[in-house]
Amino acid sequence: MTENNINSYAIEAKDLNLYYGETLAVRDVNIQIEKQKITAMIGPSGCGKSTVLRAFNRMNDLIPSAHANGSVLYHGKNIYEEDVDPVEVRRRIGMVFQKPNPFPKSIYDNVAWGAQINGYTGNMDDLVEESLRGAALWNEVKDNLDKSGLSLSGGQQQRLCIARTIAVKPDIILMDEPASALDPIATLKIEDLMQELAKDFTIIVVTHNMQQAARVSNFTAFFNLGEDYAGVLEEYGVTAEIFTNPKKKTTEDYITGRFG
Amino acid sequence: MSEIKKKEGFADNLPERHRSGQFWSNLFRISTGVGIVALIALLLNITNSAFGYVAIENRIDPESLAINGIPLEQLHPIDLTYILKQNVSAGYFRNLENEMPFEQRTREEIYDLVIERVVEPEAASTWSLFDSLFHKSEIQAEVAEKYPNADLHFTSWINGNFLVSPQSANAERAGVRTAVLGSLWVIFITLLFAFPLGVGAAIYLEEYAGDLWINRLIQTNINNLAGVPSIIYGILGLAIFVRALEPVTSGAFLGTMDPTTANGRTILSAGLTLGLLILPLIIINAQEAIRAVPSSLRQASFGLGATKWQTIWHHVLPNSIPGILTGTILAISRALGETAPLVVVGASTFITFDPESPFSKFTALPIQIYQWTSRPQAEFRNIAAAAIIVLLMILLSLNAVAVVLRNKYSNKL
Ligand SMILES: Nc1ncnc2c1ncn2[C@@H]1O[C@H](COP(=O)(O)OP(=O)(O)O)[C@@H](O)[C@H]1O
Ligand SMILES: [Mg+2]
Repeated sequence: MTENNINSYAIEAKDLNLYYGETLAVRDVNIQIEKQKITAMIGPSGCGKSTVLRAFNRMNDLIPSAHANGSVLYHGKNIYEEDVDPVEVRRRIGMVFQKPNPFPKSIYDNVAWGAQINGYTGNMDDLVEESLRGAALWNEVKDNLDKSGLSLSGGQQQRLCIARTIAVKPDIILMDEPASALDPIATLKIEDLMQELAKDFTIIVVTHNMQQAARVSNFTAFFNLGEDYAGVLEEYGVTAEIFTNPKKKTTEDYITGRFG
Repeated sequence: MSEIKKKEGFADNLPERHRSGQFWSNLFRISTGVGIVALIALLLNITNSAFGYVAIENRIDPESLAINGIPLEQLHPIDLTYILKQNVSAGYFRNLENEMPFEQRTREEIYDLVIERVVEPEAASTWSLFDSLFHKSEIQAEVAEKYPNADLHFTSWINGNFLVSPQSANAERAGVRTAVLGSLWVIFITLLFAFPLGVGAAIYLEEYAGDLWINRLIQTNINNLAGVPSIIYGILGLAIFVRALEPVTSGAFLGTMDPTTANGRTILSAGLTLGLLILPLIIINAQEAIRAVPSSLRQASFGLGATKWQTIWHHVLPNSIPGILTGTILAISRALGETAPLVVVGASTFITFDPESPFSKFTALPIQIYQWTSRPQAEFRNIAAAAIIVLLMILLSLNAVAVVLRNKYSNKL
């Protein structure tokens, strides 16, 4: 995968259709994600936000029935082509999940493991510290690096998951409702962290919290259920634009809380 | 309560519903009770035979063997050798001398020989623990009348000697050493064969096999195999390991054939047969343990760019190994108690030598118990009970290890 200078987007979906078995889950997605910006994906539940997000790093491959049609361009290359190794894709496009899922290992190992298996040759202690600092967790855990990652609070666990993701130095970080299992204070910390991270990474975040999307994102993609119950990308644009001046009626209804 | 009015359209049947609940709860209590009574009866039955009075009759009164007023126990080895020479056949004495000259034998050894060959203590009669506790005077009267020369004392058939003595034709001298060592050898082979194979199959079925009809068929068959009667496995083992693979299982291919075995009826055959028997159990248990690893861990691992094998090796296996081990231990305790397949594969009925290699003849604890219970002499039933206690102890400790493992790791995830 070589850098394509013409293409200034971080990742791009073209005519992307996503299926579970015979069922079309998401229809015809065309979206271009800007580099080092935060893009929020909003929409009613079941409209396929997670499905689209997982399509960006081929996590859907883990679901036997799932398959994709169309292309996802990353550095100008369709990641669904035969010669692309999904393992490589996932190292470059990391993921943070809805429920914090640290490994039942020490805090140190949680961060170091991903780098280790990817063949990181630099100084591991430095990488762990750098990643934990990057995830705004270092000061809270620096004296307890050998404690289990599971002993942390939910918000700390989620930041630990972010730390281990940035430790493998991806380009893009996908976040699927990263704060929905957390209390409001932990949620705010994650939001601050996302803005910090956007200086180095491209972030795509699924959220069902409209205020969150409005607060943190630069761009917003509104997904909705089509009349055949397949998800569609209704509207996509600059967040301020979507929230103050939506082009479509359904978008307006959704963000003003009339359904969802 | 009376002010709570009956709701329109609903029957006033609460007492009736409580009654029916009470009925079922009583029924369940009774079934639990029956189970516990059966268990207690089993334990009582075994203990009843494993302890009790025994009347020992000597062929020759040891007191009559005293020389110059020195009792037998304190005699010099030379005197003991003399007594032995006087009382056994010349041929037998020469045999002993040839085995090892008497000057080189310890005093205890010679004394034991005198007791065994000259005094020849024999259990004239044995009594159960129940009789020994509650009919002591009747027993004493009976002994005084029927066996005036007998020595009556309370004995535990399970004792140190019993644990370390080899099999013997004489119930007083027989022990479980041969059988316990045989069981351990067989189980070791079983484990060596079934554990890696079973865990490997479980990993394949859970992590690699797609949802194809052929994989579903394999899965169904494994589930069914777990329920096949064990004697069928014995017949299978006889056909494959004892007959078809005889050159391998007898050790002939290594040139290390045990001189006492001229066929494939060896520890190796028995271990492999029991391995086949518990293979489905190990696979199913390991599959369950692997399935219990939360998928969020797998996702986290894949999300960091791990390969499938890295995910399995670093996350799935470490987090499922306690469950896998628990299942394996339970399968092993099943194999330890199996008798029928070993009979079919050809466990030896009488060996007194310790097994030395996978190509040795073998016997096992349940086989030994079965043989002892089918002997007509009452003492053999006593030592069978003692052997059952040994077997139960081994099984209980295995299960205890399984429970500890499960409790230690179950709340980790
Ligand atoms: N593993 C799966 N297998 C089959 N169908 C699925 C699976 N995951 C999601 N779906 C279906 O795909 C549609 C979109 O789901 P999802 O992407 O989870 O929506 P969202 O994240 O927007 O709530 C839903 O109809 C859902 O039932
Ligand atoms: Mg979702």
